[in-house]
Amino acid sequence: MSLMKFITDSQIWKSIFRHKYPDNPRDQALAVLSNVFLHLHPIKVRKSGVRMSFTWCMGGLTFFLFLVETITGVLLMFYYRPVVEYAYNDIKALRDHVPIGIMRELHRWGAHLMVITVWLHMLRVFLTGSYKPPREFNWNVGVILLVLTLLLSFTGYLLPWDQLAIWAITVGTNMARATPLMGHEGPGAAFIQLGDVSLVTAGSDVRFGLLGSKTVGAATLLRFYVLHCIAVPLGAGLLIAVHFWRVRKDGGISGPM
Amino acid sequence: MLALLVPHLPEFIKNFIDGLLEPTMYFVLSVVGFWAMIQFRSFWTRGWFIGGFFAFAIVFYFWSLTDENFKLIVGKPDNVPITILFFSLAFLLWVAFRKMVINDRLIDKGLPTFEHREASRRVYCWPDLIYTEFLAMILCTVLLLVWAYYLKAPLEEPASLVKTPNPSKAPWYFLGLQEMLVYYDPWLAGVVFPTFIINGLMAIPYIDMNPKGNGYYTFKERRFAISTFLFGFIVLWVTLIILGTFLRGPNWNFFGPYAYWDPHKVESLNNVNLAEYVYLEWLGRALPSNILLRELPGFLTVIAYFAVLPPLLANLVFRKMYRDLGFIRYQTMVFFLLCMAALPLKMVLRWTVNLKYIVAIPEYFFNI
Repeated sequence: MSLMKFITDSQIWKSIFRHKYPDNPRDQALAVLSNVFLHLHPIKVRKSGVRMSFTWCMGGLTFFLFLVETITGVLLMFYYRPVVEYAYNDIKALRDHVPIGIMRELHRWGAHLMVITVWLHMLRVFLTGSYKPPREFNWNVGVILLVLTLLLSFTGYLLPWDQLAIWAITVGTNMARATPLMGHEGPGAAFIQLGDVSLVTAGSDVRFGLLGSKTVGAATLLRFYVLHCIAVPLGAGLLIAVHFWRVRKDGGISGPM
Repeated sequence: MLALLVPHLPEFIKNFIDGLLEPTMYFVLSVVGFWAMIQFRSFWTRGWFIGGFFAFAIVFYFWSLTDENFKLIVGKPDNVPITILFFSLAFLLWVAFRKMVINDRLIDKGLPTFEHREASRRVYCWPDLIYTEFLAMILCTVLLLVWAYYLKAPLEEPASLVKTPNPSKAPWYFLGLQEMLVYYDPWLAGVVFPTFIINGLMAIPYIDMNPKGNGYYTFKERRFAISTFLFGFIVLWVTLIILGTFLRGPNWNFFGPYAYWDPHKVESLNNVNLAEYVYLEWLGRALPSNILLRELPGFLTVIAYFAVLPPLLANLVFRKMYRDLGFIRYQTMVFFLLCMAALPLKMVLRWTVNLKYIVAIPEYFFNI
């Protein structure tokens, strides 16, 4: 015990933690207030709101899984090159040369789990009427985050560059051909012409913009890689900040007025 | 190992279930099941019933794994999340409905709900909330580690656009949309309806003007909102994902969960457009060569659906709602509601009268 006391009385410890052991109201408040991560929370919350049977903890787990995906994703980026010649072999090497390698598994199953937790979080928020005033805007931020989660998962699906990947993305992005006015097989696209020249073709429509080519190819792989590792996570990170901030500003975890 | 100890699932049970899950019956059963879930909520949420249900479901699930075809499709690495979704959704729905039933009883007696009683009490985040979060993170980590250790991430042959797998499927979370392709063309099922789903979700807080049920579980105070949302999420989203993943094989043909995926299975399709019904069968004349004239019945149907039905509903079933919401909110609500209903309606029309398209202008990729 005296060793513990020696550590907690040291200048180093005190420079990090500005409070005593949180077993009294003052230090319980300080523990949350004086920690940049914990101060996402308020000091006090409604008793009804901290019950796991009320929140299911699904929003928190979604954020946790986002962090898991970020960390495992960064590690995977060390070993993966988004080029057609290397992509598949890099993933294969991870499988074949790493004993008990589970990094890709953590990343993939974490991603699937995150899709599930986002849905269940939305379900809980709906069933408790937590989108009602004053939380309307935050529900909308949440809907966009849901879409971004699906986009993250979808763009990542292509990266292993195996049959599963390329065909899932082919099937998924084929839908964009049929976008009204903007896809070359979409209603109305035939009317967008300049003289005799059709402006919306397989080489200029919205699907082409998404894939960077007429079929899922090298350009698509690079594009999806950048979207998956940089663009979408940045957007999601930004909106997560807004989402959390609004939870606080709109009165914390919902409860009866 | 398992197969040695447990007798295989009897053939007659397999055949019975395979027959039961044929798409028409599958959808009808899921709608009936949904209705029963809402209607008999105070019965099935009792501990002994739900406990029995879970025990039965888990035992039956593992028993089914003695069947090779079932094991093949359910055990596919990327399909495992669907099993997790199924059981966690069932469990959490039980949690929610249990709370709704209890709170509704309290409200009936004029007593404060469970959440109302606790709302005024505030607790410190440290330790109450932070420990819960910490524990949840640890449990989630353990689950992920075990899952990652025992199940390898899939890696198939190198990508090749020359070798088309049959069936080609989108990632599992989009398979509800892919299943929708059976009934609607890509421009609707793949583009317009997904956009409407997102917009409809975003519109919810602005069209639900019911001030009750904010921050606590209740069903009675929000019957319409909860039933509609759950119908969309459970019946039209989750069950269609299960259908699209587990029950659709080569050429997107239906296969029961215990059936072998025979790529040569042939299903005769003889679907008829609305224009053909109107001109060929009812009027007894050839199809007009003018496209607009040919598709006039279809256009009128669609216009009637979206323009005539809303005021009609406002005067018949949604009277009180129309008064409460006002014109714009009501129109928005009913538009998204009708879009959502368009899927089951088209399903029923397909199954009963083999209707293919209501409006069919393949010349301009405009089929509804």
